[in-house]
Amino acid sequence: MDILTLGEIKNQKLTRASLEVLSEAKRLANGKKVINVLIGNNLKDFSALISSYGASEILLIEDPSLGEFNSQSYSEILVNIIKEKKPALFLLPANIHGKEIAALVSAKLEISLISDCTDLKIKDNLLEYIHPIYSGKVIAAYQSLTSFQAAALRPNIFPLIEENPNNQAQIIHLSFIPQDNLKIKLLEVLKPKEETLEISEARIIVSGGRGLKEAENFKLLEELAEVLGAAVGASRLAVDAGWRDHQYQVGQTGKVVSPDLYIACGISGAIQHLVGMSSSKCIIAINKDPEANIFKVANYGIVGDLFEVVPLLTEEFKKILTN
Amino acid sequence: MKIVVCIKQVPDTEAYIKINSQKTSIEESGIKYIINPYDEFALEEALRIKEKLNNAETAVITLGAPRTQEALRSALALGIEKAVLIPQEDFILDNFSSAFILAKTVERLGYDLILCGKQAIDDDMAQTGGIIASLLNIPFVSLATKIEFIDNSQIKVHREIEGFTEVFKIKLPAVISAQKGLNEPRYASLMGIMQAKKKIISEIKIQDLGINPENLIKTKLTRLEYPSPRSQGKILDGDLKEAAQKLVKFLREEAKII
Ligand SMILES: Cc1cc2nc3c(=O)[nH]c(=O)nc-3n(C[C@H](O)[C@H](O)[C@H](O)COP(=O)(O)OP(=O)(O)OC[C@H]3O[C@@H](n4cnc5c(N)ncnc54)[C@H](O)[C@@H]3O)c2cc1C
Ligand SMILES: Cc1cc2nc3c(=O)[nH]c(=O)nc-3n(C[C@H](O)[C@H](O)[C@H](O)COP(=O)(O)OP(=O)(O)OC[C@H]3O[C@@H](n4cnc5c(N)ncnc54)[C@H](O)[C@@H]3O)c2cc1C
Repeated sequence: MDILTLGEIKNQKLTRASLEVLSEAKRLANGKKVINVLIGNNLKDFSALISSYGASEILLIEDPSLGEFNSQSYSEILVNIIKEKKPALFLLPANIHGKEIAALVSAKLEISLISDCTDLKIKDNLLEYIHPIYSGKVIAAYQSLTSFQAAALRPNIFPLIEENPNNQAQIIHLSFIPQDNLKIKLLEVLKPKEETLEISEARIIVSGGRGLKEAENFKLLEELAEVLGAAVGASRLAVDAGWRDHQYQVGQTGKVVSPDLYIACGISGAIQHLVGMSSSKCIIAINKDPEANIFKVANYGIVGDLFEVVPLLTEEFKKILTN
Repeated sequence: MKIVVCIKQVPDTEAYIKINSQKTSIEESGIKYIINPYDEFALEEALRIKEKLNNAETAVITLGAPRTQEALRSALALGIEKAVLIPQEDFILDNFSSAFILAKTVERLGYDLILCGKQAIDDDMAQTGGIIASLLNIPFVSLATKIEFIDNSQIKVHREIEGFTEVFKIKLPAVISAQKGLNEPRYASLMGIMQAKKKIISEIKIQDLGINPENLIKTKLTRLEYPSPRSQGKILDGDLKEAAQKLVKFLREEAKII
């Protein structure tokens, strides 16, 4: 079965989530074609990388008007491509833009869509889609009843395949006529006050809770994060106290993250926080209360005062990472 | 300006979730149900728009079991003017079919702005709003943190994305999904609660919409299971410096992350 994937470009780079989608497509394709679609402006530089992830075809839809995300034009383009190519499966990243596109495209085509998938398995020749529900307390398995189907894959879960620089994808430019009567238009993108690493796709997150006691103390976490190249996250109580901006909140009313490493400092581990981070590959908890719930999900824990432990960790990581 | 808010009743996040013996659903007994937290932001926004514009009408709809009446009643108590229940009998729906039914209902009520939550915290698909928009052929923006009216036919919507804020200009009608930060939801007043008790919750039956849901199902839930527990973690002991050294060593040599 041919698989269609959507690549995504941010800051002039192909996102890791797009490469994860390509990798999963390649694993499932089993010899059939993986067709990657890229929509935007000035796209030629990305083909080599997409090709090295095993795509057989790369469809480029380029136009100055597509340089910025537009859910209406992007989804119209995809609907037309899917109608023409008739892939068995359409995969894309389950981030904000990806989930919007997934809903718009799948509904237009009236096909099955499983959003925020964390695993895909082949069972009795059918695809089984895994998606956590009830805040991760239950795992649900779904099957599609339509022959075309779509799934949005949660970032940072699906492993990357090895690059193959010898693979030569066929590059096809598709024509595009900009529409001047769009119902939605991106007017502007406002920059954050200060540039800090974003948490949703970070490989490592150092996160702080009410145990930090005041805004200034987040410096300690920032220092550790800098050594590790990590992003800094926060619990809701730290956000509600005004110590961190809401965009860094992890949990049910914040973001769901699944980094390789999540270091929770002074966070008790309430269910609403765990929802946001329990799919992290490795969790470290630093808490002075040995009974804290966070230790139940942690791979490693240190019981102690974070104001002592965090600087010690920063120092130890510095030793091995600067050598 | 007709504003329709879609709300879903969901188990409280603290609820203990037990899978039934057939592994197809959960045991409902003992669960406390609440309005999906994100839908509260949608309700609040509808009320604020109504207070700002002098010609706005607000309605709330839900597709669900008879118990979801409580959620509608709470919305009426907040000040929403009209409530509609689409009873979901004992058949199962997926996200396409439920959004389809909601879209048909909204069409019947009339709409300029449809508000919903960014995602339901039980099934967590974050797709319903987008599917409704697609079926009605109108624009959709998810995760709104600010909605401003330009005039009666256009709005500006802000949403935060990876540290940035995207600002969209949208022609109405449209579907917008609400996120924390959009507003601070109010509490119902005693008077509101009293008045809501007397209001009528109307019902629209799925059959009356001319829909046979069975023909709309695209996705089948095949099985529910509990997640495999994370393996028991290690508490690192010794003095804190030793513990820190052990941890760094583990991360490098065992977990191979650093
Ligand atoms: C509908 C709803 C949605 C929610 N959404 C979210 C969400 O998205 N994200 C979220 O995080 N929460 C959310 N919450 C809140 C959640 O229930 C908890 O209240 C919150 O996560 C607790 O934050 P905390 O762990 O920082 O604080 P606390 O629970 O107060 O824990 C602080 C921890 O720090 C430890 N500590 C204190 N001092 C030190 C020290 N010097 N050294 C080491 N450890 C120390 C303490 O032992 C304690 O365990 C939500 C709640 C509701 C009802
Ligand atoms: C017993 C059971 C069996 C199920 N079987 C299947 C199955 O076989 N296949 C399958 O795909 N899914 C199944 N589901 C999932 C169910 O159909 C979902 O509720 C549906 O897919 C909607 O998605 P969501 O709840 O994740 O909403 P989201 O898309 O996350 O919701 C976003 C927003 O849409 C609005 N909204 C969502 N639902 C409603 C509603 N009912 N009424 C009004 N507004 C609403 C709310 O504003 C909400 O905040 C099952 C659920 C249960 C409980």
